[in-house]
Amino acid sequence: MMPTAIEFFKLLPKTNCKDCGQPTCLAFAMLLANQKAKMDDCPHVSRESKDAMESTTAPPVRTVAVGNVNMGGETVLHRHERRFINPTAYAVTISDRCDIPERIDAVKKLSFERVGTVFDVDMVSVRCDSGDAGVFIKAVNAVMGSWDRPFILECGAGILKEVIKEAAHRRPLLYCAVHENAGEMIAIAKDNSCPLVLRDTDMERLADLAAAAAAAGVNDIVLDTGSANLKECIERHTVVRRSAIRKRFKQFGYPLMNRVGSGEYAVAMAVMSTMKYGSLVIFDDLKNYEALPLFTLRQNIYTDPQVPIQVKQGLYPIGEPDGHSPIFFTTNFSLTYFTVRADIEKSKIPVWLQIVDTEGLSVLTAYSAGKFSAEHVAESLNASGVLTRSDGIVVIPGLVARMSAKLHELLGRDVIIGTTESRDIPKFLRELK
Amino acid sequence: MKIPETDEKYQGKINETDLGRGYVAGGADGMPFLSSENTGKRRVMIAGEVVDDLSDYPELAAAMFDGRQRDPVEWARMWMSLGMDMICLRLKGTDPDKGKRTPKEAADLVKNVIDAVPLPVIVFGCGTPDTDREVMREISAAVKDTRLILAKADEDDYKTISSAAIAGGHNVIAFSNLDVNLAKQMNIILTDFGVDRNNVLMDPLMAPLGMGLDYSYSVNERIRLAALSGDKMLQIPMICDATGAWDVGDAVSDDDGLGSAVSRVTWWETITAMAAMTSGADIIIMRGPAAADMVLGYAEELRCG
Repeated sequence: MMPTAIEFFKLLPKTNCKDCGQPTCLAFAMLLANQKAKMDDCPHVSRESKDAMESTTAPPVRTVAVGNVNMGGETVLHRHERRFINPTAYAVTISDRCDIPERIDAVKKLSFERVGTVFDVDMVSVRCDSGDAGVFIKAVNAVMGSWDRPFILECGAGILKEVIKEAAHRRPLLYCAVHENAGEMIAIAKDNSCPLVLRDTDMERLADLAAAAAAAGVNDIVLDTGSANLKECIERHTVVRRSAIRKRFKQFGYPLMNRVGSGEYAVAMAVMSTMKYGSLVIFDDLKNYEALPLFTLRQNIYTDPQVPIQVKQGLYPIGEPDGHSPIFFTTNFSLTYFTVRADIEKSKIPVWLQIVDTEGLSVLTAYSAGKFSAEHVAESLNASGVLTRSDGIVVIPGLVARMSAKLHELLGRDVIIGTTESRDIPKFLRELK
Repeated sequence: MKIPETDEKYQGKINETDLGRGYVAGGADGMPFLSSENTGKRRVMIAGEVVDDLSDYPELAAAMFDGRQRDPVEWARMWMSLGMDMICLRLKGTDPDKGKRTPKEAADLVKNVIDAVPLPVIVFGCGTPDTDREVMREISAAVKDTRLILAKADEDDYKTISSAAIAGGHNVIAFSNLDVNLAKQMNIILTDFGVDRNNVLMDPLMAPLGMGLDYSYSVNERIRLAALSGDKMLQIPMICDATGAWDVGDAVSDDDGLGSAVSRVTWWETITAMAAMTSGADIIIMRGPAAADMVLGYAEELRCG
């Protein structure tokens, strides 16, 4: 568990010198407890205090970087306790037997935009299916030439020894050390400073592997529990993560991953892994209709519960609205936007939907906070140009009916009070016609 | 080396609620799917959705039922043949704007469905409060010897449906809107009104994937954790409706770059359901037959014991 503000406070000089930029030591301690400041920001803190803190504040799950992808670093078991930090990375396999440029092209095409965020494949896993070091080295070089993101090398220790010389400068993730080859794999990871996956289906032996790797000086470790089904995945991942966070069991203080195949069950495994502590899922293959819902799940699970997902302010035409279509507006809280949008779509009547930036607050909250005032709404309606594109009536969300007189005055056109509940919009629109 | 003991010892246990017709929901005493701490051996139950008026029903879904969706009784039989545990009957046709089905006819339809399939039946009204009150009263009076699950009681409108449930010996669904405190408050309101705690199921609103699933996932988890920690008024089986997935634009849009809409919406609903059951749902309402089949398989595999 993270220490509380008071525990931090006890270790500070308590001089309120303001050198850290905060008015008091207590204020600084509160930032420390929220992980918004570092102990080093205080120039006067004693060596003993620092040491005492380091042993207790080291995150219970190590952050392991593979290129620009961070895995782990988690501090809680449930996202509502604080938030999950580093989203699950998805990788697809590139066999050394396939046409590499064609395959890389297909992987790059798995890319979507949703709520202003681009989703795409984070890594590729180059797998030695040929059993031939020469073929594999050629494939790895071809991948490195056309893929600038992180990658994984999937092969036995013998072949890895030969290929790693070519690839070590990119710090690929090595997959994987098992009981039988642990010594060799750990040595390769150590000599080339590469992160390493440890795999065992037996949790006690997995802990042994982690202890052996750490003893050899390999700390960038990812754990694969070898889960073959959903049940094993949730149970083993829960044991590993609870051990790390609740019991501070160092051998399990690393990111978790799953190696799955392709098709329906592989996606189900990835879904479970994404919800339950998985930092990496390697697929044989992933289809676009599987990828979009999966990426969306990751976005949902890894959203900061205190910072709602927001939609960009702007004009969103629904259907094919024309010069007389009604003009709706609402907040940029994504949940509000999606709900209102879906309900307007249900009516099959074209509408101009203006999204007003309320910093992600919902209708009533934004109104109370003064971020959804008539002035603010009028400003965004004017800025988007919707008023010149349609002479239609402006529909005010029922919850903020109070702004109607003011908005009418500011816009100089007819306004009408809409529904309190989004689900009543279709009926409202039909009657408006 | 030895690894730490990480099982939680909770004091609380989810109520075992009789759904009628030999089915029981609830009984968990640990977090979902963790066999070493959860001795509740019951599988998450799946309810197949049947609608009596297709005017607002997505064509994409209708096409999956091969014409059987035109007859609610046939439709219910099909769900049963697919292995589902329950039927969720939505009486959309009682909506005065659609103007066809009277409360009496609605009650007859419920009776026909009960006669056709020996499964527990959840009954939703059309969503118009005045009509729903009348319909629920009629159904409760007409169906005496089979326990139904009447949906749904909310903060502003719970008395009629609760009275109907009490009078007919039915269960009632307590609805709340993504709010742990309100979820608890609803259970208190209903029991204070006189509904037996053993006759309540709670619906904390399952927001679909990409449309607030993050809120629901955490609200559900918090409800379940509080219940296991001993909060009696939250130890009520949870029912989640995954059919909202069909309202998400990205799930059903025609867009070649996103792949087949049929496969996409199937995953959209399946993932919504998987998130619901992993965060604590005991019963899940499903629309698509392929998605329902997948979720049923996963639920079977994940059951404890």
